[in-house]
Amino acid sequence: ECPGTSSAQAGRAAACQGCPNQRLCATGAVGPDPAEAAELRTRLRGVKHAVLVLSGKGGVGKSTFSACLAHGLAADEDKQVALLDIDICGPSIPKMMGLEGEQVHQSGSGWSPVYVEENLGVMSVGFLLGSPDDAVIWRGPKKNGLIKQFLRDVDWGELDYLVVDTPPGTSDEHLALVQYLSAAHVDGAIIITTPQEVSLQDVRKEINFCRKVKLPIIGVVENMSGFVCPKCQNESQIFPPTTGGAEKMCQNLNVSFLGKVPLDPQIGKSCDKGQSLLSEAPDSPATLSYKNIIQRIQEYCDQHHSQEEKII
Amino acid sequence: LLTERNNLAGVQHIVLVLSGKGGVGKSTISTELALSLRHSGKKVGILDVDLCGPSIPRMFSVQDNAVHQCNSGWVPVFADQDKSISLMSIGFLLEKPDDAVVWRGPKKNALIKQFIADVAWGDLDFLIVDTPPGTSDEHISTVEALRPYKPLGAILVTTPQAVSVGDVRRELTFCKKMGLRVLGIVENMSGFVCPHCSECTNIFSKGGGEELAKHAGVPFLGSVPLDPQLGQSLEEGRDFIQEFPKSAAFPALARIAQQILDEASRQSS
Repeated sequence: ECPGTSSAQAGRAAACQGCPNQRLCATGAVGPDPAEAAELRTRLRGVKHAVLVLSGKGGVGKSTFSACLAHGLAADEDKQVALLDIDICGPSIPKMMGLEGEQVHQSGSGWSPVYVEENLGVMSVGFLLGSPDDAVIWRGPKKNGLIKQFLRDVDWGELDYLVVDTPPGTSDEHLALVQYLSAAHVDGAIIITTPQEVSLQDVRKEINFCRKVKLPIIGVVENMSGFVCPKCQNESQIFPPTTGGAEKMCQNLNVSFLGKVPLDPQIGKSCDKGQSLLSEAPDSPATLSYKNIIQRIQEYCDQHHSQEEKII
Repeated sequence: LLTERNNLAGVQHIVLVLSGKGGVGKSTISTELALSLRHSGKKVGILDVDLCGPSIPRMFSVQDNAVHQCNSGWVPVFADQDKSISLMSIGFLLEKPDDAVVWRGPKKNALIKQFIADVAWGDLDFLIVDTPPGTSDEHISTVEALRPYKPLGAILVTTPQAVSVGDVRRELTFCKKMGLRVLGIVENMSGFVCPHCSECTNIFSKGGGEELAKHAGVPFLGSVPLDPQLGQSLEEGRDFIQEFPKSAAFPALARIAQQILDEASRQSS
């Protein structure tokens, strides 16, 4: 039995003999060292609530949801919100927030997020890339390094909410994020899926990942849930919930189901234009669904007050 | 000295299916391409190197199958009675399908190298390599390991909207940097025709794939519309190409396969 690549026994347990990864596990650094952990804690001390947006599956709407969530939370001008995009290979957030072409500035206190509104800041590797054709072709360890930098070197200031958008999967980025964010108070993860089994089978893995790393699950959102034809108003299930969809999966796994969001051409349109769906299409059914879900997330966070800083 | 085992010696053409973006339909296109090629009389294999989210086994309804060993390595799982479609995926190696494969890069790379060297494919007309989204460990390792076998090239899949096209532009750069030929771009989820009233809605915007192909100077292989019957077939592991030739997505999928066949013939001659 593999002891786990991030365990103290990684590469050293009896079961590691013969594993092609043994040497790497035995020598690899697996988390922030105590000095780094202290640095991260200091930097993240002002973050009251951190929520992660995850999915095992790609293309289900994590970034779309993250962007909506950030806008929704920032609608209250008294709240300070930041959106961190750690999808290093496919950073969608700059485009969705209308910030393509923006660059990151350095100051004495660190990197400055790019502000969409006074109370809504954004950080993404997208801002570090020179051209839209530039590819970030990095292996795991280098990706981890950048994620650590984002958390350590960005001057987030005092935040009511830090929303973290992630790439699909359960790999380096996700492990790094959970390890580095342990210095802050993470309320939990919101897991996004679409209704069909081919998505759910990946999402179950993500739920298990969260349980393995003890990340609380705020709940699951079912995106692309049905399509109502704008002409004849008939509904079609383009992505069929052949095994009961997210609602049934949540029942089976004892996880909270936050709600369904229908397919709506307005969503893609506002993403492409870099505008907030909630402002652009305030009456669309998708907007109403998102707003309900965002409210439930706010309620969840309010019930979990930020922890006192732990003394080292 | 190790004897060089060459399990890819009998494979005529290797085609990779890539995208910078997740959820655009790489596994769908891989599956339908394999089915179309099989219906043209070809022997096809699919190597699924998505270790975190392996979709291929379910798309052929063989997710509960196990993998066996033979003298030359791993025996691929056959998707059909005729043994004309064979598959390999981490999905077959997982004891508990809901367990997350939480591996860092080096461990993923090791398994991918094994998948490429140690699967006893035998003779294949086509080996399709389905990949996860991104431009990272899996992609670097796969392309490097396949290089000696001179792949025919890569199909890049996108949806029409800008956020997808934005990632696929980066994937094109990846292909250039890695010396991997781009066979063309497929634009998936390209419009939805309401089955009740025939109104077409561009749910995921319009035209981005074709524009990207033009801008990048690569062939545009076609637009595949959203088709609930396609989604349903994949969920149930059915043969969409055989069972739904009149369905919305069929013409485009058939055309894509034909272009791949034509390109393969050109390469062989």
